Amino acid sequence: MHELTLAESVIEIVENAARQAGVTRITRVKLSVGALAHVESDALLYCCEVVSRNGAADGARFELERPPGRAKCNACGQEFMLDHLALGCPHCSAHEVTVLDGEQMKVVEIGVV
Amino acid sequence: MCMTCGCGPDAVSIDGKSLQHEHEHSHGHSRHSHAHTHAHDHAHDYAHEHDHAHPHPHDHLHSHEHGPLDAAHAPGTSAERIVQIEQDLLAKNNGYAQANRALFARQGIFALNLVSSPGSGKTTLLIETIKRWQQNGAVAVVEGDQQTSNDADRIRATGAPVVQINTGKGCHLDAHMVGHALEHLQAGHALKHDSLLLIENVGNLVCPAAFDLGEAHKVVILSATEGEDKPLKYPDMFRAADVMLLSKTDLLPYLDFEVDAAIRYAHQVNPAIRVIKLSTKNGEGFDEWMDWLQTGSRQARTSQA
Repeated sequence: MHELTLAESVIEIVENAARQAGVTRITRVKLSVGALAHVESDALLYCCEVVSRNGAADGARFELERPPGRAKCNACGQEFMLDHLALGCPHCSAHEVTVLDGEQMKVVEIGVV
Repeated sequence: MCMTCGCGPDAVSIDGKSLQHEHEHSHGHSRHSHAHTHAHDHAHDYAHEHDHAHPHPHDHLHSHEHGPLDAAHAPGTSAERIVQIEQDLLAKNNGYAQANRALFARQGIFALNLVSSPGSGKTTLLIETIKRWQQNGAVAVVEGDQQTSNDADRIRATGAPVVQINTGKGCHLDAHMVGHALEHLQAGHALKHDSLLLIENVGNLVCPAAFDLGEAHKVVILSATEGEDKPLKYPDMFRAADVMLLSKTDLLPYLDFEVDAAIRYAHQVNPAIRVIKLSTKNGEGFDEWMDWLQTGSRQARTSQA
């Protein structure tokens, strides 16, 4: 359940941001967690709601976008979408691939009042 | 609440003392305490503000706000404003990890983060490794478990200095906890220059993959009593590791474990992973493992910052 740790990070980041913006209430939190990041969406959202209680983000709407994984084959050079790290290149079956996108975990923006 | 470990200070403990308790005793060690007294204090507002002997990186939020014009496009109430943040969830842990890594670099320490399922034989493997390493070098251990100091007690019997981190409910070590453990070792003059540092993570093939502790390498242990398809089931960990120790090979004659398949699966998720087959019972593979450790340690010493 490292989603709880990640949720703690989310809440710390957004509460700091709200404080710096001079506001006390966060209405919306937009997160971006790549499809290849090992995070359970539902668990992360649930943990965010739990951890946000009694703080500036209490009651905020947590939105999670999961950008797809994208990789480039080290053998044939083609780029492709990657759903799972154990899958290789769909064109030449090589497993030596470089992940280009889909591993990020970040807070994108918040809505505040 | 420790924001990087996700556990309250009452839940995480080092050598049986809660982090909170330790912090109360660490005020005298103010080597870097100035960092907490200057203008950046605003970013460090969680519960356990205190002096540390290890540096705490501060996250500086590089956010900017959109003005009233942007607010007109915001969903929800007309008063809602959007604040762009774009901040990595692991940034704080990674900052602590960099501080640990810098310490290792200054002192020529070769640090490894050992990860596996519970029951893979990590501690026994550590003990055998320590016994061999002690013949020609210094070694220290950081033990991570949710509860008990049983593993640290076993390590201590070898004579190697060891610090036990109990994560309470936490499922992984993070760089902040390890930083505190390093303080403990240093306070006891137990973290020698040019030494090998073995960090035994909480037995868990999922969560520790994401958390950099400042180590030179993650080493994943897959024992022959587990399924050979674990690399496919837990690809993140096998991808994060640079070495896979395929352990308990002495039991292979009694098991259906397919060694070649296990190695093939590991290479499937991580083509660059180095595989060493070994057994603590009959010593198979230990020459190769110790050679690998010696090479890494030599590199850490020669590239000392």
